[in-house]
Amino acid sequence: MSKVTSLNVNGKKLAVDADSETSLLSVLRDDLDLTGSKYGCGEGQCGACTVLIDGQPTRSCITAVGRVAGKQITTIEGLEINGRLHPVQEAFLKADAMQCAYCTSGMIMAGVALLNKNSRPARDEIIRSLDGNVCRCGTYQRIVAAIESVGK
Amino acid sequence: MSYTDDENLIEIERYEFNENSPYRFAFDRREFMKVFGGGIALIIPLSNALAQGGRPQGGESGRGAGNQRTPNEIGAWLHIDEDGGVTVYTGKVEMGQNIRTSLSQAVAEELRVPVPMIRLVMGDTDLTPYDQGTFGSRTTPTMAPQLRKAAAAAREMLIDLAAQQWNVDRNSVRIVNARFVNHDTRKSLGFADVAKGQKLVKVIPENVATTPAKEWTIAGTSVPKINGRDLVTGKHQYTSDVKLPGMLYGKVVRPAGFNATLVSTDTKAAEAMPGVTVVRDGNFIGVAAPNQLTATRAANAIAVDWKAPGQPSNAELFDLLRKPSAESGGRGGEGGGGGARPQGSIADGLTAADKKLEQTYTVAYIAHAPLEPRAAVAEWKDGKLTVWTGTQRPFGVRSELAEAFRIPEEQVRVIMPDTGSGYGGKHTGECAVEAARLARATGKPVKLVWTREEEFTWAYFRPAGVIDVKSGVKNDGTITAWEFHNYNSGGAGIQHKYDIANQNIQVHQSQSPLRQGSYRGLAATANHFARESHIDELAQSVSMDPLAFRLKNLKDERMRAVLEAATKSFGWGTKPALGHGVGISCGFDKGGYLATCAEIAIERPPTKANEKEVGSKVRIVRVVEAFECGAVVNPLHLKNQIEGSIVMAMGGALFEAIQFENGKILNARFSRYRVPRFSDMPAIEVVLVDRKDLPSAGAGETPIVGLAPAVGNAIFNATGVRLRSLPLVPKGLTL
Repeated sequence: MSKVTSLNVNGKKLAVDADSETSLLSVLRDDLDLTGSKYGCGEGQCGACTVLIDGQPTRSCITAVGRVAGKQITTIEGLEINGRLHPVQEAFLKADAMQCAYCTSGMIMAGVALLNKNSRPARDEIIRSLDGNVCRCGTYQRIVAAIESVGK
Repeated sequence: MSYTDDENLIEIERYEFNENSPYRFAFDRREFMKVFGGGIALIIPLSNALAQGGRPQGGESGRGAGNQRTPNEIGAWLHIDEDGGVTVYTGKVEMGQNIRTSLSQAVAEELRVPVPMIRLVMGDTDLTPYDQGTFGSRTTPTMAPQLRKAAAAAREMLIDLAAQQWNVDRNSVRIVNARFVNHDTRKSLGFADVAKGQKLVKVIPENVATTPAKEWTIAGTSVPKINGRDLVTGKHQYTSDVKLPGMLYGKVVRPAGFNATLVSTDTKAAEAMPGVTVVRDGNFIGVAAPNQLTATRAANAIAVDWKAPGQPSNAELFDLLRKPSAESGGRGGEGGGGGARPQGSIADGLTAADKKLEQTYTVAYIAHAPLEPRAAVAEWKDGKLTVWTGTQRPFGVRSELAEAFRIPEEQVRVIMPDTGSGYGGKHTGECAVEAARLARATGKPVKLVWTREEEFTWAYFRPAGVIDVKSGVKNDGTITAWEFHNYNSGGAGIQHKYDIANQNIQVHQSQSPLRQGSYRGLAATANHFARESHIDELAQSVSMDPLAFRLKNLKDERMRAVLEAATKSFGWGTKPALGHGVGISCGFDKGGYLATCAEIAIERPPTKANEKEVGSKVRIVRVVEAFECGAVVNPLHLKNQIEGSIVMAMGGALFEAIQFENGKILNARFSRYRVPRFSDMPAIEVVLVDRKDLPSAGAGETPIVGLAPAVGNAIFNATGVRLRSLPLVPKGLTL
């Protein structure tokens, strides 16, 4: 059984001791106490576990940790810098783009990934990019508005 | 059959009914100070049956508290500590409906202090008073007024104390910017200066005056979510994020189907795995392991032989539900069936009619699918069990745990971290009991998080239902007869405001093949769907416009007001584009009134050839909903709730349905159970009708009920096809 012994998370090299088949989500949450990324479905269908791997939005629940050793992993915890929120986080607060907020980390990470690729995404592109993320509380309209507002 | 005499009385739906603890012992005032250390505590007695969330249940209502004695039943309490901090303790819980903010607004308003000064402790059975649960949209109409009274009484008490310190007349003291100011001397004192050294416990009298809505300055405004920053940074700890030292991870071995009993099992392979504990107790088999992967592998390594009886499937569902259950004998169910005393004579009403109509409507079982599935962390320490779990009924779960482990409730503490939504789906404590069983066996804390598949399978569903409607109408549009039978789905929202001389509305219990329970708005969606679809059919039978037809039969001013508000914003009466249709519905429940207008588009598949296979797609283009729930507490969060309700309603309206066969759920995954997504989203416009002259009602549920009938009616408007089953178009529309 091969092991993963270190991960690059939010700009830091962190020691871990994980079976390479373990999901990245489980290592982040259970071993590294980065619990901002959430379990929602375990099959990559809801997006609550979304993190960035080398900038690409990735479902950490179906990503074996062995596949991301050596890559740059960014989680929701990595967005706030020196007490300053990321513009997408600010925009979510301003638009009240959440209710229970269990999906929020994944939504914000998907939004950040999109904006990194295209700083002014059209509404259709936001919808297309985030269609794999579920907000069961139904705040979609506000999430789109939040991401749009950052792009403007 | 039980009836609701006063149609405005809000009842607990039968599926939400829960037994109260048979005993409620007096609180010892000294206990308060032991807990708080000092300062000022204000106890809010349960004022009357309303505070229990429903109409008086036998024996519960009469035990109100005297003003001076410590009450037997406490609704909430508020504490001002010696440092001047204000903490409110309530058994209500937060799951996204924003009561943490709205209740803080109420308290801040009365104390005349800024919202961030208020801290809310919610749903912790050791710290907060007993509460039946957070359901039925009861927080705003019952808990908020109680907290307002406590805060108002606290304010007056603090002003007295400040006046005493200065030895001045109390009328010279005011609260300005969270400080007590003497206008004559210009001296000021902070909350801490006044609370220091105090050890006061006061029971709030019933007659405390609170600020009327017209004078609100904090309530009634769009105060942002008070813990918003923790939510966008991922810092908020949901149950599934709780981690205790030495904690193990649990996994339960599930039977292949419902109602199975365990015949035999082989757990040797699992037990041989390092660090794994296997627990078998009756039909329960579970494992605990140092990490989740090992727990899952161990559970998978357990071979079990289950025996299960043959069970019904979707195909037989509606025939089954029509058979009244033997045990119910037609009674309306515990906690009220929601039917009404018959009025006039259906036979006479039908004789007087020019057109008669008889139709059947059905609704499927659907799943709440809260994005945070059931989760619990359980720890036994010195004989006491503490469980963190996401539930709408922390005290109910405490009872479940006490019963399961045969220990007194005092030895159980349930803590409810604000949970990742509920929608009526988190009333029960299965996961808490399972985690506690594993923790007891291992002697270590255990975390158990249900998988999505478990949540879809082993939780409970919104009841499916069959509704038969028989009606008569005159050619001038007057409805003369209304007979309405709901089988199984329940009585919520079955009442209406149409003026009909002859009526018979009944709720019938059935034997549900699946475990069913509460859901956002509960049966109100089913009853509104059947009623408002049928009303549309009646309008069409006499060639009247659906809005004009409704208005002709409605005198109720609140209902007319929302209809007018919604249709005005929507532009009702404008001919929709080719391939589009428009529909309307209206209704009320739990103190909220709504009217919903929907525009849909029929999108035909690209080629004629595959039209039969895939059908046309029904896309909801635009929704306008007008909502009135008395005085609006937080316009921003109310709009958010209404928008969210509309989106959630789209799933049940268009495509959500649980598929089951022989005790198994066939679509227990998001890849097989479609929920609304970004690409399904219409343009949503919410029109708030703010009635500062009326008490505030809860609004987390009722905004969901209008969409399904409005969409069904819009499909008819576009195509002439009348759909009478929810979901309307799970496989597209065949024209």
